Amino acid sequence: MSPTASSPTAGLPRAHYLNQAYGIRSWLLTTDHKRIALLYLATVTLFFFIGGSFAVMIRIHLLTPEGYLVTPETYNKLFTMHGVAMIFFFLIPSIPAVLGNFLIPLMIGAKDLAFPKINLLSWYLYIVGGAFFIYSMLTGGLDTGWTFYTPYSSIYSNSAVTPAILGIFINGFSSILTGLNFVVTIHTMRAPGMTWFRLPLFVWAHYATSIIFILGTPVIAIALLLVGLERIFHIGFFNPQMGGDPVLFQHLFWFYSHPAVYIMVLPAMGVVSEVIPTFSRKAIFGYHFVAAASLAIAVIGFLVWAHHMFVAGQSTYAALAFSLLSFLVAIPSAVKVFNWIATLYKGSISYDTPMLYALGFIGLFTIGGLTGLFLASLGVDVHVHDTYFVVAHFHYIMVGGAIMGYLGGIHFWWPKITGRLYPEFLARIAAIILFSGFNLTFFPQFILGYLGMPRRYHTYPPEFQVLNVLSTAGASILAVGYLLPMLYLTWAMRYGKVAGRNPWPATGLEWQTESPPPTENFDKTPEVTWEPYDFHHRPDLGLASPGLAPARGDD
Amino acid sequence: MQSQLPLLPEQASNFAGNVDALMLYLLIVSVFFSALITGVIVYCFLKFRRKHPREIGASIQGSVPLEAVWTVIPFLLSMLMFGWGASIYINYRTAPKDTLDIYVIGKQWMWKLQQPDGRREVNELHIPANRSIKLILGSEDVIHDFFVPAFRVKMDVIPGRYTTMWFRATKTGRYHFFCSQYCGTNHAVMGGWVTVMEPAEYSAWLSGSSGEANPAAVGAKLFEQLACNSCHLSTDQGRGPSLNGVYGSTVKLSDGTRVVADDAYIRESILNPKAKIVLGYQPLMPAFQGLVTEEQILNLTEYIKSLQGQPAPPPPAPTAGKR
Amino acid sequence: MHRTGELYGQFQTLDQQREAASLGMWVFLITEIMFFGGLFLAYTINRAIYAVAFAEASRELNVHMGGANTAVLILSSFTMAMGVWCSQTGRKKLLVVFLIATLALGGVFLGVKYFEYAEKFHHHLVPGYDFHFPDVKPEIAAQDPYINAHAQLFFSLYFGMTGLHALHMIVGAGLLLWLIAQAAKGRFTPAYNTPVEIVGLYWHFVDIIWIFLFPLLYLIDRHT
Repeated sequence: MSPTASSPTAGLPRAHYLNQAYGIRSWLLTTDHKRIALLYLATVTLFFFIGGSFAVMIRIHLLTPEGYLVTPETYNKLFTMHGVAMIFFFLIPSIPAVLGNFLIPLMIGAKDLAFPKINLLSWYLYIVGGAFFIYSMLTGGLDTGWTFYTPYSSIYSNSAVTPAILGIFINGFSSILTGLNFVVTIHTMRAPGMTWFRLPLFVWAHYATSIIFILGTPVIAIALLLVGLERIFHIGFFNPQMGGDPVLFQHLFWFYSHPAVYIMVLPAMGVVSEVIPTFSRKAIFGYHFVAAASLAIAVIGFLVWAHHMFVAGQSTYAALAFSLLSFLVAIPSAVKVFNWIATLYKGSISYDTPMLYALGFIGLFTIGGLTGLFLASLGVDVHVHDTYFVVAHFHYIMVGGAIMGYLGGIHFWWPKITGRLYPEFLARIAAIILFSGFNLTFFPQFILGYLGMPRRYHTYPPEFQVLNVLSTAGASILAVGYLLPMLYLTWAMRYGKVAGRNPWPATGLEWQTESPPPTENFDKTPEVTWEPYDFHHRPDLGLASPGLAPARGDD
Repeated sequence: MQSQLPLLPEQASNFAGNVDALMLYLLIVSVFFSALITGVIVYCFLKFRRKHPREIGASIQGSVPLEAVWTVIPFLLSMLMFGWGASIYINYRTAPKDTLDIYVIGKQWMWKLQQPDGRREVNELHIPANRSIKLILGSEDVIHDFFVPAFRVKMDVIPGRYTTMWFRATKTGRYHFFCSQYCGTNHAVMGGWVTVMEPAEYSAWLSGSSGEANPAAVGAKLFEQLACNSCHLSTDQGRGPSLNGVYGSTVKLSDGTRVVADDAYIRESILNPKAKIVLGYQPLMPAFQGLVTEEQILNLTEYIKSLQGQPAPPPPAPTAGKR
Repeated sequence: MHRTGELYGQFQTLDQQREAASLGMWVFLITEIMFFGGLFLAYTINRAIYAVAFAEASRELNVHMGGANTAVLILSSFTMAMGVWCSQTGRKKLLVVFLIATLALGGVFLGVKYFEYAEKFHHHLVPGYDFHFPDVKPEIAAQDPYINAHAQLFFSLYFGMTGLHALHMIVGAGLLLWLIAQAAKGRFTPAYNTPVEIVGLYWHFVDIIWIFLFPLLYLIDRHT
């Protein structure tokens, strides 16, 4: 297994899922979950670029109070399409469709998902949905905000609303089928000995996420369908002059879109729950509590949607109920954070890149989550609702949380996916650049929001300029932090050091098979006898055993 | 004050101090836990860094008592946040009785504000300090939002209904207000200034203007033009109930329930009178939906309010028909 | 094509395959409930607010056609269930008979639906296409001055909900066609009848949706 052998593929297994067949048809008609994961990787990255370039334009435009870069109409389209591209076409699919698809069968000891053809269909639905969205971008754009509030979106907007809605609608079915596939797979296809409480927490996280996919996505499908019907046929569901109620849309929309944020963060938490034990070489603290917390977040997450509507004219009683529930949903997240840091205690810690991303997640998600408490608290929410405070809050969770989790996972499993290691030193630098750039971009926005700068503003009073300039400066650093991994990960696919089966080493089943894995995942069906993250009873990992290097003081 | 402390907006209303105090409590708790978590991470990173390439960590599974502790403590802290926030919010939503009412209409992309005496302003609001102000908000097109950062108040403005908000400005000065619900192209320029004046100055400002006609007077004319007075007499002998003293009173309906005759009730009774029938009267009133503008409804409401001084006739006997 | 009872590559055992297929269909049906649920919610809220208009509009629906369709669909669920029983007990020829019967009844449903919709077109009751609600008695009009718009809301929901349902029926018909073709080749045995069972589940679900739709849409205030 010499990494410096002359042939470029020396050291890699002879036959694996990447070289099993060549040609475009073998990719576009594949039913191998691992290849489908890579198809998703390519396409979500495309939409990340699209959404990211809109973000760059927004931040440059906001360097000056008057905003000289684009017209107001264009600015409104930029922030709208940034939101739609990032949320629906990047964040929601990202970890589940890339890492979940790749890893769940491997982690449970199965040969593939329960319904491989439906898995491929999911990807095609995503593509068709994405195509409609791109069509909308090219034929006038979308300027309703990603939240599509009526009656602006259903009556007044002159932008390409209908194709955009169609794109999101179709993409929703991609999500639903992915969730369905995961639930059935996890229930019925675990290898012998893989009981529920031996499942990796990544799998638990995706199970909880899939519940949200299944129950929530159909509701936004209907909400957007009704907006489309109102636009095309002039029916008055949300038009007060025809007896409709604009606030009904908000209820239908947020019923999905709040749980959607848990779709975005639970998988990232799943990644963190794998990375922390691996790089502390210690079992996760409170496994059952972390698993239960994932389910609790998914369930309670369905009960809090109207905290987006505290000033929308709902009754005081409703507001009180939703505020209380919103505080309750924060508790399981806090429990998870405490369990993660307790895992570090008396661990054997290394600073590899995935660990840096996981720790970045914990820090930034904590800030994002705590600022969520500001928003759940009715007295403060009235002041900061629809200001940059909210923008900062959700970017801390979605970028500081979800994207760091995604990148951490990509780095952690890159050796398994490609058979090669990424360049560690460069990756650590990139992680630090990303972390710094991120904080400089978004922390000033908390202050901007409390000072009163509303969101979705193409121009602002001059006293807000300094903070805006700081934010844009941070964004330029953040962009570098994103570009570096794209470059070196691509480089590593060809020139990285050969990784071997289990470079870290980690305890999951996925690390028992070759890197990259064979198409059928395992040479023979594994039988599981180990508890999860149990470094003390895994002599196969080649780590300390009694008598050799001592383990940290056991309790 | 503003320039020295660019982290908080000015505190210029009765709510601002309490909101900032709650925010400060939230901030302290957040900083504490962020520091705690960061501290533990840094400590662990330094104390437990891997010393030997094959070293593993201790064999610790968990601790139920610890789970209980870090579930209960956040729960208690957040319940305090909830309770405090709830009390502020209930205060926000419960206007005192003797407010100075201002009507506000938002439309793409401007604000029309009307003082009680009828004087109208566009994108400007002059109010007296230390007086409870109630804004009654409506929209002519899409959803907007009226936000005054210095007062810490905000409320959505929704087409098809009224929303209300109240505050008491505690400091004179000029303060931004913004539209803060995205409403289209010029959402970002749909704002203006609230000018808070000493009460004497405010009176002077009010009387100094030529002013529009008194809205109650306009309403009185409308009342005649639209033939409302053919059924709503000042006695209880008409086809409709007398409107003397009705504003603010409790009305008995034919289905046995009672309702307070506020602005929303008056508006609904004009647009869709069949929704609530006063006890003892027949559902005869035609609906004026589509026949009156929002402004005309406001003027009629002002006129009806002005009838408060008149003596209210006794309610008719429950079984007596009026035709 | 696969022969009877062949194990698909990703599964370990036939039992696992059957369990997965069944669970998959149940999960899919749950998503359908959430999908229709949004429309039911919109209907319920608007029905509560505009009770008079909705009652008047509901009276314009052809309750005989709707009632006939309800009977047809319930009967088709029965024939479908009989088909599942046949597949479980190895009655291969009878299975084909019942599947064809189910498909035929589904076709009757869709045919009646076509005539119902055509009737609505003629009576200007299709929203967005020259919608005009017939004049109502003055005392009704007095209760709801905007009755034309609210009746249009009713019909939007009517076409939305029954149209979505009909779409699901068409998909079901397609599934049945495929099932009949497979059954005619003798593919289903007591050891392997999973496709029949899960198509049965789907068909029963579509039937249940109609059983909710019919009274909600057609039977409001029929007696007044």
